[in-house]
Amino acid sequence: MTLRELGELPVGTEAAVERVEGPRALRRRLLEMGLLPGTVVRIVRRAPMGDPLELRLRGFSLSLRRRDANAIRVRAAAATSAEPVGAEATAEPAPKARAAERTSLPA
Amino acid sequence: MATATAAPAVLIAGNPNAGKTTLFNKLAGTKARTGNYPGVTVDRRSARIDVGGMSVELIDVPGTYSLAATSPEERIAVDALLAEPPAAAVVVVDATALSRGLYLARQVVETGVPTVVGLNMMDEARAQGLEIDVPALAENLGVRVVELVASRGQGLDELRRVIAKVARKPWRERPLRLPELVESVVSDVERVVRETGTTEGASARVWALWALLSLAGVGERDENDVPDAWRAAVAKARVDAATLGLDLEGAIIGARFARVDAAVDAAVRRSPAAGPTKTERIDRVLTHPVFGLVVFAAVMYVVFESIYGWADPFVGAIEDAVAWLQELVRTGLPEGTFRDLLADGIVAGVGNVVVFVPQIALLFLLINFLEDSGYLARVAFVIDRVMRSVGLHGKAFVPLLSGCACAIPSVMATRTLEKRSDRLVTMMALPLMSCSARLPVYVLVIGVVFAGSDRVFGVFSAGALALFAMYVLSVVATLGAAAVMRRTVVKGPVPALLLELPPYRLPLVRNLLGTTWQRVRSFLVDAGTVILALTIVLWALLTFPRDPAAEAQAERRREAAAAYLEGADLEAEYAAVDRQLASSQLAHSAAGRLGKAIEPALEPLGMDWRIGIGVIGAFAAREVFVSTLGMVFGAGEVDEEDPGLRARLRSATHADGRPLMTPLAGVSLMVFFVLAAQCMSTLAVLKRESGSWKWPVFVFAYMTVLAYGASFLVYQVGSALGWGTA
Repeated sequence: MTLRELGELPVGTEAAVERVEGPRALRRRLLEMGLLPGTVVRIVRRAPMGDPLELRLRGFSLSLRRRDANAIRVRAAAATSAEPVGAEATAEPAPKARAAERTSLPA
Repeated sequence: MATATAAPAVLIAGNPNAGKTTLFNKLAGTKARTGNYPGVTVDRRSARIDVGGMSVELIDVPGTYSLAATSPEERIAVDALLAEPPAAAVVVVDATALSRGLYLARQVVETGVPTVVGLNMMDEARAQGLEIDVPALAENLGVRVVELVASRGQGLDELRRVIAKVARKPWRERPLRLPELVESVVSDVERVVRETGTTEGASARVWALWALLSLAGVGERDENDVPDAWRAAVAKARVDAATLGLDLEGAIIGARFARVDAAVDAAVRRSPAAGPTKTERIDRVLTHPVFGLVVFAAVMYVVFESIYGWADPFVGAIEDAVAWLQELVRTGLPEGTFRDLLADGIVAGVGNVVVFVPQIALLFLLINFLEDSGYLARVAFVIDRVMRSVGLHGKAFVPLLSGCACAIPSVMATRTLEKRSDRLVTMMALPLMSCSARLPVYVLVIGVVFAGSDRVFGVFSAGALALFAMYVLSVVATLGAAAVMRRTVVKGPVPALLLELPPYRLPLVRNLLGTTWQRVRSFLVDAGTVILALTIVLWALLTFPRDPAAEAQAERRREAAAAYLEGADLEAEYAAVDRQLASSQLAHSAAGRLGKAIEPALEPLGMDWRIGIGVIGAFAAREVFVSTLGMVFGAGEVDEEDPGLRARLRSATHADGRPLMTPLAGVSLMVFFVLAAQCMSTLAVLKRESGSWKWPVFVFAYMTVLAYGASFLVYQVGSALGWGTA
């Protein structure tokens, strides 16, 4: 199974956290915000200048820079129909289109 | 432990944006007091209140997501809980972000303190289709849970009743169960903690788990003051865990979240969301690639306008009042040193403090509004890409921008940054932003050295171009200084941006006014006293020692004039004598001698000792440069548009007859003012906000070196190339 870096996923994707890497202090803070294995995260949008990202998890919105978000490795679970998940993920079950809370921003 | 005479302490803890401040304000009413946590510049708010027939000391703990800590600021929460154990703790949890809030509550419960969870924002949770079975949640968590809508005061009576009940209970530790292998590694650390003592209040195990999450690893750093044995034990535990293939942090944090998630799953039912939330709809505009930037620019303009424009009438009124009071002192008291001290030292000094209040109050009203409404987090989100490139946090944008108006409120505004390293870099770079007090200096110098008709490349007016260049220089210098400091003085990697984007909420007027008043009060009390003292010192430097010879000569001239002049002519002659005397006295004073003493150092910048006195006087506030020059050059009390002072400056020469204010010397002088830390109020507020004299001294040193170096370079290179020397 291919793991992907969270920061590289297109906007609209939902993914389950598989593991968190990165420097100890960052890793601890990410875990304590609830980014634990199994937690489902959605990429809501990117900031107007492309970075940072807005994530939605556990009922709240969190902003992370792409670089830091890449410490989070995920399994892409579902994406909007607007954005193909990408070549590496085709081994996964076909991305399921989700109508709810889709955003209109390009990745 | 709380002694019998003092009221039992009750902490109010919670995540940022969970409504902690609102709850504290509602419970405390008018009894809130503001102090300072020792060693850090974080406000400590407390209030003695009655709950269910007992008197308790309510203490507001700064918002946090965890008790783990790497910096003194983060240590506050854990120290408040463990170093001086309270009788009870209230953990305020945002019901719409339940598991994240309960994670903190779980850590608090583990310590053993009797805990109440205040489940806040229940109205929003219901609106989002969350159904929370509160008794089931309480049962699963093993703590009391009270439903709250703090903003509307709902649930407060129940909360008071429960606080009174739990505050009478003893501490009871509720340890976190961990997998067996992890347990064995943790117990090694626990043993070391127990042997080295210092675990009053909470148990060795609580501290051991805390240390495992908080202490830095090899090659990293944290600012925790713990016994070396703890560090060694933690390091060893990490090696042991790695050997066993264990993830210690993951196991500890995961075990807590497992408890929390189980409780949430059992107690919460989610109905399908009815379309996007209000916050999501607003964010589609406010973080839109085009509209988002437009709104951003508009909001930032309003912030800027507030301290640049809106504050102006108030500032003007204060200045008029100070001038009126000084006049009153001068006419009402007999001539002498005491009168001058009162008028030019004390009244001027109080004026120098109070004059900042309108800007501070307006800026903080706006910033608090932006913060409480949720937009400040979006400001950081939108602009972080730019700020990151110089190693700054997205939230540093507002303080830097307001630095264009005045550094004093802006340094205070860095409080919106949570990380101390982010705060330090921002507050040390922002005095380079060209504040409004520098403008009179630019206007005076440009008016002297450039004629209105001077053109560069035939189209650009030389004066406008010079002014524009000064602002560009200040922005470049600010961002450059931030980037350099991030690599040198405040070492370490750029901290990650972990920024919660809270739901948009309507701020409560009460909270806005309360927080703004706290800021104003802290400025008046802490920075204000320093500014007043420095004003008096500076007045003394510019006044003493007096010059009896000049006084005698002035007296002779007055007598001579009285003998053959009368009416308006006599008045004019008296005024001329006074200007001459003021100029001589100033030259004779300590500041005047200092100006002469540093003249050799100023020569290579194209300045002489008279400009040097102006630079010293400008330490009171940069615009004072103009009035000091007015005195030195015998033009009396003037402003930057005064033709008399301009004419005197244009015709002034060095001792060897070269003209003093050439265009090149003017540019050199302006460059000096862009970069120099010529403002004692900024230094005073830096001391207040950084908590030590070390940082203002550093800022003064680096800015002076920078200013001198740049000014030297401009004048010397310019002279060698023959630019603007005549």
